[in-house]
Amino acid sequence: MIRTLPCSLPYLAGYRLYISLFYIFLILPLITICVLAFNDSNYIALPWKGFSLDWFFANTDDRLGLFKDADLLLSIWVSFKTGFFVALFSTLVGTTAALLFEQEQFRFKGALYFLALAPLVIPGVVLGLSILLSSTNAGVYIEETFGMDIELLRPSFWLVVIGQFSFAATYVMLLVGARLKKFDRTLEEAALSLRATRLQVIWLITIPFLRASIIGAFIVAFLISFSNFNTTIFLVGSDPTLPVDLYSRIKFSSTPVLNAVSFMVVAFITLSAILSFVFNRNKG
Amino acid sequence: MSYVLEIINVTKKFGEHKAVDAVSFNVEDGGFFSILGGSGCGKTTLLRMISGFEEVTEGELLVRGVSMNGIPPEKRPVNIVFQNLALFPMMNVERNVAFGLQRRKLPRNEVRTRVAEMLERVGLLGFEKKKVTELSGGQRQRVAIARSLVLRPSILLLDEPLGALDRKLREHMKVELKVLQKEIGTTFIYITHDQSEALVMSDRVAVMNEGRFEQIDTPKNLYKNPKTSFVAGFVGESNEFDVVSYNNGVLTTEHGLKIKKSRIDFVPKKLFIRPEAFVLDSPEDLPDVDLVSTKVKTILFDGSNTKISVLIKESNDEVLISFPQNAKFENLQEGDDLQVGIHQDDLKCYRE
Amino acid sequence: MSKRGTFYLLIVPVILWLAVLIVIPHMDMMYRSFRLETDDGAMVYSLSNYLVFFQDQIYWLTFVKTAVYSIGVTVLAFIVTFPVAFYLTKVVKVSYSSFMTLLLLIPIWIGELVTVYGWMILLRDNGVINTFLMNIGLIDSPIEMLFTNFSMTIGLLYMSMLFMIIPMMSALDSMDDSLIEAASDLGASKWTIFRQIVIPYTTPGITSGGIIVFMLVIGDYVAPNILGGKSSLWFTEQIYNKFLESFNWNEGAAFGFLLLVLSSTIVWVALKLSGQKLEKVGS
Repeated sequence: MIRTLPCSLPYLAGYRLYISLFYIFLILPLITICVLAFNDSNYIALPWKGFSLDWFFANTDDRLGLFKDADLLLSIWVSFKTGFFVALFSTLVGTTAALLFEQEQFRFKGALYFLALAPLVIPGVVLGLSILLSSTNAGVYIEETFGMDIELLRPSFWLVVIGQFSFAATYVMLLVGARLKKFDRTLEEAALSLRATRLQVIWLITIPFLRASIIGAFIVAFLISFSNFNTTIFLVGSDPTLPVDLYSRIKFSSTPVLNAVSFMVVAFITLSAILSFVFNRNKG
Repeated sequence: MSYVLEIINVTKKFGEHKAVDAVSFNVEDGGFFSILGGSGCGKTTLLRMISGFEEVTEGELLVRGVSMNGIPPEKRPVNIVFQNLALFPMMNVERNVAFGLQRRKLPRNEVRTRVAEMLERVGLLGFEKKKVTELSGGQRQRVAIARSLVLRPSILLLDEPLGALDRKLREHMKVELKVLQKEIGTTFIYITHDQSEALVMSDRVAVMNEGRFEQIDTPKNLYKNPKTSFVAGFVGESNEFDVVSYNNGVLTTEHGLKIKKSRIDFVPKKLFIRPEAFVLDSPEDLPDVDLVSTKVKTILFDGSNTKISVLIKESNDEVLISFPQNAKFENLQEGDDLQVGIHQDDLKCYRE
Repeated sequence: MSKRGTFYLLIVPVILWLAVLIVIPHMDMMYRSFRLETDDGAMVYSLSNYLVFFQDQIYWLTFVKTAVYSIGVTVLAFIVTFPVAFYLTKVVKVSYSSFMTLLLLIPIWIGELVTVYGWMILLRDNGVINTFLMNIGLIDSPIEMLFTNFSMTIGLLYMSMLFMIIPMMSALDSMDDSLIEAASDLGASKWTIFRQIVIPYTTPGITSGGIIVFMLVIGDYVAPNILGGKSSLWFTEQIYNKFLESFNWNEGAAFGFLLLVLSSTIVWVALKLSGQKLEKVGS
């Protein structure tokens, strides 16, 4: 039943079988994509027609490989750029929020914290459409009143960044806040008694203590942005992110290049996960 | 005499390591039996084998004459009080105590009366609806014991349940547990590293070391006549000497102290003398007493437990002596000369 | 800088974030949901956007179906993943457990679009599963799995369930093994131990995980749209259509607001039933 309790063999065998099935369920779609990325075929699924790297490198009439497909490469680049800016902004504001809610006392703190958690319980679609609505309203208002056309307020790269930031900051706040809960505040008091200002204390004592969790939160925010679709779709302009591009290709023109892109994503994530695992194990 | 628990040659191996090494002993029905040993001596493993959480590697374990090999914990007439008590935080006192009875599918009325009876016995009547997190340390202790005892087990196992309590409460619970056991009559097997707990509460104590039993005896015998040097050193305070030779009835210690000791037929390696074995009051008048001149180094005042640390002039060994409750020594000071006597019978000698 | 100054330095960005990106947009959405553009182009207050929802059966049927399915998938995710969370924290050797936990994170970070696409390839008529079943002779013609409620449920389950394991594991981690041993010692069967000890102890983790899963599922667009068929409409798809196909933003705002009310109500009920606070869900 648990490590320290002996239990019957059929029970344990049944349990292990279930866990194996679960992991097969988990890995099956990923393995499938990875294998089919190398299929020498013009269709995304079976049958297997032999090994080929065409969907990575070909540039013929009926096959356009991932590395020759300018649109696809552009959307990957857009996703990386979006991810970077979302991670940057949400790490800054999310960490600020964590410091504010963990260390400061003020009126209406409870209400403000509740608002900061709200993105957890707002469907991504709703978040996207409400930001689209109010940015458009603001754009129209500014144009009518001041005669200025502000591109930021129309579906565009920066609106996507803003939309993803609005909820990624909550996740950063929670991740950094969890670490901040373990912070020994007597360290700050010691620094304050040594004549440091509050801001110096944050910069010299608190932030270094949070360093690992801030880096972790940055990566999480990047990944949240990189895979987001539900909010992005409402805000995207002329340059789609990878998920938006993938979506329209799946819906309207699926070729095995999708397998190749998916393979790259799976390989990239798996490799970084394994690297972080090995790195952490060697450290610990 | 019927035995409630018989352990026959029980061994437990973890890989190559023998945590419990061919241990045999019997426990009489209705007694308070303690297993005393340092951490890693195998006492917890032994307890977990009795309760069924570990399988025995070799040997046999019988409860009331029935072999327990292969019987899972929930089917054994044995219950355990865990070190951290393991009270169920999601249930109140009553539901914690009723838990085992409900598992036995007893009718609701019977469950209620037996729980009430049990709570009354441990003095927790009126606490039924309290959350276990709202109780004090002593009360939690009693809930844990009640939860096991309500099932009327043949044996109640206790895994150092007093360890987490503060000193005062621990002293109090020692007495309470002993009284409770006498009242209820269930056999208690108590595991501890604290010799005072074992000596105060138990009818019999087993001293365990490196997977084996060194001695099983009454607390008094264990203290007065330790059978091995480990027991002599582990139970109670003792002054320990390495013996280098034994000739013509005289022991010589490492640093050259010579003491008379007749009636032993082997060459001892170790010598133990209890602090209270030293006679301060006119030792020269007593028969079979060897005299030693010492100088007082420090007085360690601790009420009735006051000790003096003295240097033996002959060998420069430092020994602890119990301070006599006698007005004559009231004015003893550091640096004073002190003549002490040691009775031959109080010299405990061991081969190793 | 003074203590006061530092405080403002911390609070101003946070207030800007929440006011500009959370409060104002949602108030805007609510405002727009009560506006109607009349035939002559003027904007007036009206309930007609909501009337559309109640009058047209397909809207509220989809709404109800989305709610029921989301709850169903959440329950399913709990049933499927609880044994895994328990296995990883309490059963398997500690040295394996961290690697097996890492494997759980990979599909999360790969993202929904890629994994849903993977399921699409698996479940197609000429997909991997059908081909495999036909090759071993179990079936003669492909089973129709893609574009059904079944495939949609698989997709929703797959992309959401792993978010449930993590909070359950952290709750189980904090549970002392001796509680299970004590229950077993008192004569409880495995089933009783799970029902009376383990699951009640894990309730905070189950609630947090359940809410996350539920929110992901009810607000999802990709899995229902790619894996679901014509019969498996999802409410988010209707919001999407209002906005990006029929460009009726006022109606879209009303529908978005309804979805927000629906999800908030269900989350609120779940929190009340389990005696939890939203503040706990975050941790």
